[in-house]
This record gives sequence, C-alpha cells and structure tokens, in this order.
Amino acid sequence: MKTRGPIIVAFVIGMLMMIQFFTPNPFFLRLYNIVLDWKQVVLGCTFILGTWSLIRYHIKKIQRHQENWQYSYVTLIGLTVTVGAAGIWKTASGPYPWLFNNIQVPMQSTMFSLLAFFVASASYRAFRARTVHATLLLVAGALVMLGRVSIGAYFSGSILGVEISLVEISDWLLNVPNLAAKRGIMIGVGLGMTATAIKIILGIEKTYLGRSD
Amino acid sequence: MVLLRFAGKGFANGLIFLFTPIQLCDSIAAMDISVRPSAGSMALISAVLAVTLLGLTVPVLGVIPPAPEVSDTPDDWGDALTLTWVPPGPGDLTMGYEIWRLEVEEGGEITPPAFADTVPASEVLTAAGWDMAGDADLGDTVWVDSDLEKGQEYTYILVALTDGAPMPSAPTSPEAPRRQILRNQRINILVAVALFMLTVVVLVERARRGAKLFIRRIAGLEAVEEAVGRSTEMGRPILYVPGLDPMDEVGTVAAINILGQVAKKAGEYDTKLICPNRDPIVMAVAQQVVRESYSAVGKPHLYRDEDVYYVTFSQFGFAAAVAGLMLRERPATNFFIGRFYAESLVLAETGNATGAIQIAGTDSDAQLPFFISACDYTLMGEELYAGSVYLSREPLLLGALKSQDYAKALIIIAIFVGIMLSIVSPDIAEQFKALFN
Repeated sequence: MKTRGPIIVAFVIGMLMMIQFFTPNPFFLRLYNIVLDWKQVVLGCTFILGTWSLIRYHIKKIQRHQENWQYSYVTLIGLTVTVGAAGIWKTASGPYPWLFNNIQVPMQSTMFSLLAFFVASASYRAFRARTVHATLLLVAGALVMLGRVSIGAYFSGSILGVEISLVEISDWLLNVPNLAAKRGIMIGVGLGMTATAIKIILGIEKTYLGRSD
Repeated sequence: MVLLRFAGKGFANGLIFLFTPIQLCDSIAAMDISVRPSAGSMALISAVLAVTLLGLTVPVLGVIPPAPEVSDTPDDWGDALTLTWVPPGPGDLTMGYEIWRLEVEEGGEITPPAFADTVPASEVLTAAGWDMAGDADLGDTVWVDSDLEKGQEYTYILVALTDGAPMPSAPTSPEAPRRQILRNQRINILVAVALFMLTVVVLVERARRGAKLFIRRIAGLEAVEEAVGRSTEMGRPILYVPGLDPMDEVGTVAAINILGQVAKKAGEYDTKLICPNRDPIVMAVAQQVVRESYSAVGKPHLYRDEDVYYVTFSQFGFAAAVAGLMLRERPATNFFIGRFYAESLVLAETGNATGAIQIAGTDSDAQLPFFISACDYTLMGEELYAGSVYLSREPLLLGALKSQDYAKALIIIAIFVGIMLSIVSPDIAEQFKALFN
C-alpha cells in the first residue's frame, strides 16, 4: 500500500488534469483551480520544513565544528534578524526593505555580474580551434558576434555575384542551422516530457517514490 | 441606412470635422449597405459629396454602426456568444459602444425598437425589454457575452456612443449558445496523446513478454558509474543539484528519477551524496528518494538528513551557496540535472575550476551551450528524460522509452510530407499545416 497509494493518487489526479485540458467543462476547471490553491498551501507548509532543514544543517555544522563552521552563525543570525524584522515592523517599511535593498540585492547583483567572467573563461575553452567542429563553432560564433554589433553592418561582399552583408550571414546562422537544431531539441524535450508524464500516470515509472519495484 | 448627422445638429454638439473626399469614401465603404438608403439620405450624401469636393468644411457627428455578427463562442460549456463588428471608418466620431441583449422567445419575432431623435436610445431599449449586456471600447471589434443560458436564443443591438445622441445598429439575427464536450482546437493534441499512449502500452507489453529493445548508447549516462567510482576512489563526496524548478515540472521529476539511480550507486560504494535544494517540496521528495535508494541497496544507515537539505529560494543566493559548497567540500563528481537558468554557468564553471568530473543534463535549450562548454558530459533535452530508464535498464521502462523513438519517426515523416507538399502544392500544404495548429 505504501507504493500503491501514491500511484493511485498520481493516476487519478493525472487523468483528471488531462481531461481538464481537453474539455471546457467548468467542473474540471474548478477542480484545476482547487489543485492550484492546494499547491500554494502545500508550498507554504514546506517552506517551514525547508527553513527547519536549513537551521538544523547549520546547527549540526556548528556542533561538529566542521570546516568554516563560523559562517553558519552568519546564516543563522541573518535568518533570525530578517524574519524578526519582517515580523515586528512588517515588510512594507522599517528594517526589512532596508535589509533587502542594501544586502540581498547587492549580493545577488554581485553573483550575477560574475557571469561575465565565467562567460569569458567558458568561451575561451569552447572556441579553441583544436578540431574541425571546434573551428566551425569558432567561425560561426565570430560571424554571429560581429553581425550583432553596429560595426557588422559595414561588412559586406559578393558571393557568386550575390551581394551579402555580415548581418545577413549572422541572421541566417541564427535562423536556419541554429533554429533547426534548437527545434530538434525541443521536439525531443516535448516527447520526453509527455512520455515521462504518461509513465507516471500509468504507474510504470515509480522511481520518484524512491523505489522502482 | 447611411446616416450622416451634420449641419445644425453637428454644430449644436460643438463638433466640427473636416471631411476629405477620401475619408468620406472610406466611411461609406465601411457602412452597412445592406439596407437601401432613403431618398432623403441620398440627397444628404450627395450634398456632402458636393460640398466636400468643393473643398468646404463639413461638420459630421458619426455613423450608425452595422449590426454585429453573433456566433457561438467556440470551446465553451454552452454559456457564451461572441459578437464581432467592423471598426468605424476614418472620420467616424464614435467613442465607444454599448451592447444591448434581448432574450428571444421560441417562435417569437424580433421587432426593431422604434428610435426617435427626441428619446435616448437606452430609454427606448429598456422600455422594449432589452438589457444592457456590457460596453466596449472604440478599438474593440470582438466582445464575448458570457454566463448565458444554453439553448436560449439571444439577439443584440450595438449602440455607438458619440458626443451627440447614441446610434443604435439593427438587431442581429437570433443565436443560441451551444455546448462543446471537447475543446475543438485541442482535438489534434488529444489524438496525438492517445496514439502516443497506445504506443507506450503496446511497447511496454512487448517488453513484458521479453522482446529485446535497442536503445542507443548515451555517453553521459554511461559515465555515471565511472563518476561515482571516481568519488569513491578519491574519498570525496558526490554533489547532485536537481535543478531550480519546483516538483510539478517534468524536468524536475526526471532529475529526481536519476537521483534515485545515482543514490543507489553511491550507496553501493559507500560514498557520501550531497544534494542542496532550492525548492522545499523538491527537498522533501529528494530526501525520501535518497533514503529509499540507500535502503534498496541495504545501506539505510548511510542516509543523513543534513546531506539533502534546503538552501534558499533566491536564484543567485542558491548559486552562491552551491559554488561555496564546491570550493569547501571539493566533491569529486558534480551532477547538475534538471532545469537551470542563468546560474548554470556559475555552477558549471566553479565545478570545472575545482577539477571535478561533471555530468549535466537539462531540457533548457538556452543553458545547454554553457553546460556543454564547462562539463565533461551533457544530457541534451530528451536524454534527460531517458536517464532513469537507461540507468535502471528496467524492461517496462525501456518499452516506454522506445515509444519516443516511434513518435520521433512519425514527426520526421510529417515534416518530410510537409516539405514535399510545400513544393508540390502550397494550398494543400497549408491545410496539412493546419492539422498541427
């Protein structure tokens, strides 16, 4: 029953949601909205679970004096101060928006800005022309990048008597070979999603329950 | 009837409009010409034309709107009708619309209300038993009347609002809302899903009877065993990140399925598995999956709640925490499986810098290039969904996986047919294309 119960629930809810997609019957629409509401309720409850998991993780780290355990104090103090500020002064004014705007936002921006350096190092690795494929990627990448910037509009030439600009080559690379590959991947993803959903609804796939028997 | 209110009335309302000949012609073309204009109206139009052609200024108020078209709203439960009308022509001073509705009794006739210049249209309509159903803005040409009674016939009048007197259209022909059991626009999807389900069931049944099904080699999944073994040899943990999406995304379900297989292998080798999570529901499911996987290989004691834990809901907060974890714990193997966003490169590049063997898998086409350049192996798109099947080699699941290949073959045939039809007969190609819209 431990495995059969969730499979029955997955089958019934899965079939109802599938029917809801194909019929305009308001009963199924109401049911769908109820499921969405319950999802929000469950998410709210699991945030308590998540916060408890975070607190326990850091308390154990402090207790065991694991590497860099001092930073766990920062996490726990930060969590207490932020939640406390929101609880006492609410979220619209007071220390909470100050904490958010002056600590959270700059830290997130810092992480995001690091992407520029990571893009540079990843591009360097990807564009090393060691094989034919990598060389093709390098040439295509260079053409697309040049075609995307203002100076690209000034490059044009004649190929077999046809006047063609770098912008057109760049657009062609993006809209034909690149888009074809992208669509191929998306078709595969769509089929994979559908197959996984069907396997779960029909009870063929049970790994998500923690067991496959 | 074409009516152009001008002269005295136009001035009385303080409206002066410069009507060019072209605008006038456009207005007349947009008007309802189903009803013959009266002699008086014709004289009026002729006068306007004559004056306009002479280049003089003609003050005009507005034009009576043509009766709207009423049709059953598609894909509904029989409680709505859709009204469509032509937009006002250039120079028309209409500011918006009121839509009036009348329930038509069975066998009853619709008598157009007798409007008079001295009585407002709304009073005439209310007195005649009409209800105001709603209003529409000037730019609107479609309006849906909902919460109607299935099978009951309704007729409508569109009243154009101007600065002067409102101008009602003729009543529409009666129409009743009809119920659709299925959404007609999704029938093609229903047929495709039904066919796909049938293929899954048939192939699963074939697999159950012991048929050998060929599945192509997937390098990224072949490397899982090697990656787990490497962690064991180095005495370092395995890091598994199941993406950033919540549990109701199929990509996350696929990531959790692969987590189960990876946890089994980690359990077999007594290797520590760390799984930080961004979503608390995913965390709860991941904890259960890892616990069960360890139990399945007879190592339940290996499971610790603090190895599968929640970090934060913040996208870059999560990226910072996982990057820090990689630098502190130095996992020998990193798995980034599921749906990722801009943080994918932060994670993959940090892992690359620590020298870990990295296996990524995502259905997000925008993040694939980043993973390909920074990871040793990448599961692209559909390979992510094949992961748990490939690793478990369970015959029933292999049958379901095989159905994807058949569906892909059908799609390739459809694309080929579409290309050929586009070359041979574009008209038939359009009809063929419509089957998939």
